[in-house]
Amino acid sequence: MHETDMTRALLNTISDWWDAQPDRPVIEKVHLIVGQFTCVEPVSLQFAFEVQTRDTFLQGAELVIQETPLIAYCHACQQEYRPEYGLQYACPTCHAPMEDIRSGRELKIDRIEYSPQPATR
Amino acid sequence: MHQTFDAALGINLLHANQAGANHNREHFDEWGITCLNIMSSPGAGKTALLEKTLATLSDELKIAVIEGDMTTELDADRLRQYNVPVIAINTGRSCHLDSKMVAGGLHQFVHNYNPEEFDLVLVENVGNLVCPAEFEVGEHGKVALLSVTEGEDKPLKYPVMFQEADCLLITKLDLAPYVDVNIDQIIANVRQMNPTVTIIPVSAKTGEGLDQWFDWVRQCQRSQSQSLSLQLPHTHTHTHTHTHPAILEQV
Repeated sequence: MHETDMTRALLNTISDWWDAQPDRPVIEKVHLIVGQFTCVEPVSLQFAFEVQTRDTFLQGAELVIQETPLIAYCHACQQEYRPEYGLQYACPTCHAPMEDIRSGRELKIDRIEYSPQPATR
Repeated sequence: MHQTFDAALGINLLHANQAGANHNREHFDEWGITCLNIMSSPGAGKTALLEKTLATLSDELKIAVIEGDMTTELDADRLRQYNVPVIAINTGRSCHLDSKMVAGGLHQFVHNYNPEEFDLVLVENVGNLVCPAEFEVGEHGKVALLSVTEGEDKPLKYPVMFQEADCLLITKLDLAPYVDVNIDQIIANVRQMNPTVTIIPVSAKTGEGLDQWFDWVRQCQRSQSQSLSLQLPHTHTHTHTHTHPAILEQV
């Protein structure tokens, strides 16, 4: 259910951008970056996006999700490592806590592909 | 010919919510209020904790509650016995509070009370270990609850909430002897991703650990109000003149 709310937040943000464009272009693709260490499940987000954009200015727009893995940096060992989500977050070598997340917290609208409104004749 | 353009945005998906949260926080700061966002899965004991907190701290701090964990007014009625304002937000089927809902609650609050008289606003979020962690509402501190009956593995399975928390209360401590639970393991699991969080095992039933929690709240409120007074001189007038149309619709 929370992807519904996340999609609403996404639509609000895109809508702010769209309202600021003078010619209200047709949005064709929305590119998202979704990290593994977030509360978002990409498959559910795709579904919610499809349903919630019906009959809106985003109708027919495609949602492209790029997932980023959880990567942390251990300052004691001076190296990156990949925590095992759901099992182990501390550094596998020295067991220092995960303090510096280098990748995986992204929830970002990366870019939007759009075309001009077809001219009305 | 079909021509496609590309706009690089690079904006956070939760941009709109975050802007609203910052706005709420500005209001809290202006009023000298510390706001704590209280989160847990359903049934971990948020309302029981609030009852105990209000019973003890409402003598020394002027407190208001924003109550989101409800589809009825049941929780709000439990808390109103303590003679503090309880602003009930009907969250419908939403699984978390967002900054807009809390802004709606704040409008009700300022309509009925003088916010400058208050020290502390406690926000009881919707029972859910997942989403509330991602949606800031304008709080100065995040408090997570995990009851001993939920198991040691929950911080590993729902890490974002526990990674974000400033204070973790391990609740229902009185039940620990009956449910095969290893509290040290819960603490170790949380420390893997959040080494600085304050962890306090409590029981709202027996009162164990509550004094430590009250001290944490006092300390948090004191340091927040000190950091605000350090920002003096506070000479600017509040510049935003918006009418909050979208928010008022919700109220």
